[in-house]
Amino acid sequence: MSRLIRLLLTLTIAGLCINPTFAAEITGTLKKIKDTGIVKIGHRDASSPFSYLDDNQHPIGYGVDICLKIVDSIKAELKMPNLKHEFVPVTSQTRIPILTGGNIDLECGSTTNSIERQQQVAFAPTYFVTGTKILVKKSSGIKNYDDLKGKTVVFTSGTTNERAMKAYNDEKKLGINFIPSKDHAESFLAVETGRAVAFPMDDILLYSLKANAKNPNDYEVIGAFLSDDPYAIMMRKDDPSFKKLVTDTVAGLYKSGEINKIYTKWFQSPIPPKNINLNFPMSDGLKDAIKNPNDKGVGSCGKMSC
Amino acid sequence: MDFSFLSQPAFSGGGTYLNWVISGVQWTLLVGLSAWVIALSLGSILGVFRTTHIAWLYYPATAYVELFRNIPLLVQMFIWYFVVPEIVPSALGSWMKQGMPMPEFWSAVLALGFFTAARVAEQVRSGIQSIPSGQTYAALAIGLTPPQTYRHVLLPIGFRIILPPLTSEFLNIIKNSSVALTIGVLELTAQARSISEYTFRTFEIFSLATLVYVVITLTVTLLMSQLEQRVRMPGYIGGGK
Repeated sequence: MSRLIRLLLTLTIAGLCINPTFAAEITGTLKKIKDTGIVKIGHRDASSPFSYLDDNQHPIGYGVDICLKIVDSIKAELKMPNLKHEFVPVTSQTRIPILTGGNIDLECGSTTNSIERQQQVAFAPTYFVTGTKILVKKSSGIKNYDDLKGKTVVFTSGTTNERAMKAYNDEKKLGINFIPSKDHAESFLAVETGRAVAFPMDDILLYSLKANAKNPNDYEVIGAFLSDDPYAIMMRKDDPSFKKLVTDTVAGLYKSGEINKIYTKWFQSPIPPKNINLNFPMSDGLKDAIKNPNDKGVGSCGKMSC
Repeated sequence: MDFSFLSQPAFSGGGTYLNWVISGVQWTLLVGLSAWVIALSLGSILGVFRTTHIAWLYYPATAYVELFRNIPLLVQMFIWYFVVPEIVPSALGSWMKQGMPMPEFWSAVLALGFFTAARVAEQVRSGIQSIPSGQTYAALAIGLTPPQTYRHVLLPIGFRIILPPLTSEFLNIIKNSSVALTIGVLELTAQARSISEYTFRTFEIFSLATLVYVVITLTVTLLMSQLEQRVRMPGYIGGGK
């Protein structure tokens, strides 16, 4: 009997603690999720190991795992254990319009948090830190950015890397011939078939594309960072209650150290589809971001401090 | 709707976003018109072959039409751009990829031209076959050879009959040129997409692009109806009103 009373007491106290959040009406994304019973998650198809498709065309990855943790928090917050989630594929070009249009609630991919994008969307704390380098064929003889003079370079439309490479080209007057492509797989194909000599992209994605290539040893990733690219999950802006929930969940993973398990799973263990181990230890930049969770974006110059 | 971004300096390459739009319109017209030259000339020849009873002309033309109209345009674009350079001799292949000027443009023009040629061929064929056979017999009876019969009787009437559907094909080829963005031709739709990416003015820029397409296609429609008026013959479509 006393156990029952204690349980009731605990529940009452818990109820008192939770009540204030519920006293304020649920608004924005949380309300939408409550009404529809579905969390819509935007994912990428070739941003390995952040967000990509496995052999069964099912989205997986580091970002997807973290988003699923957020879904768990939403379930707890709304007290809806049966809340469903649905995956919606997005591309570099469609991710922001689809998010702001309301067709996805979270975008879990390889999106750089930039001050410019912050005018359109909000970001969760940075969950990966990378920067622009270029992928070339070893046989091309290209050793640095200036060797690209007058050559053809392929970029994925709508990426920060496109901007960094074009800004560098304008600044150094290299006269690069640019060809756009719609996703990373297609950009890689352009380098593989010799249509372009280089592909500027976040270095981690380049290492991953290289590892999954038919002949990984034909390629190399070169150059100093052309830009800083802190990755984060995107959500709609001006939605404080949802942003708080997402930020707290991600910061919670950092604090509890659970992030290390997720990191090891995707960056230091064999991953689908080819069971390749990227062997990519956590960078100092990411360790900092985990110690001090933040949603600082890169400036318009492509660097953290302009 | 705020269109002031058009006069802002563009992110890269100098100029303003309006320059991007103008360059997009130029590529749309260039791809559409170049492909139309291929489509109309090749389509007319194939259409004539499809109406002859000469087996070595009829069967290859039929095979062409069935092949090119049954494969989606998007797939054909990818084949011309990604596959063809890999299956031709490697010297030619690497020239197509790196030596040839504007490889995306030529792949797009070939893909669009050959695809639309199959459709034009069917229209030319239906135009010729809709002419009463008595006219062919009459032409042969007065001593014209079969080629002369086509040149002086069947084609002049046949083309007049199919002018309205040909106008539709012409409009289609201009609109289908937007598929070329998938292989990297920066035509109007591609430019609109990248401007929306850089300025976040998605609604404005696509409204503008829509307007430009409407202006282009209405101009084509107007010119083609002028042509219909000018060449009309009593007793056939477009004539005797």
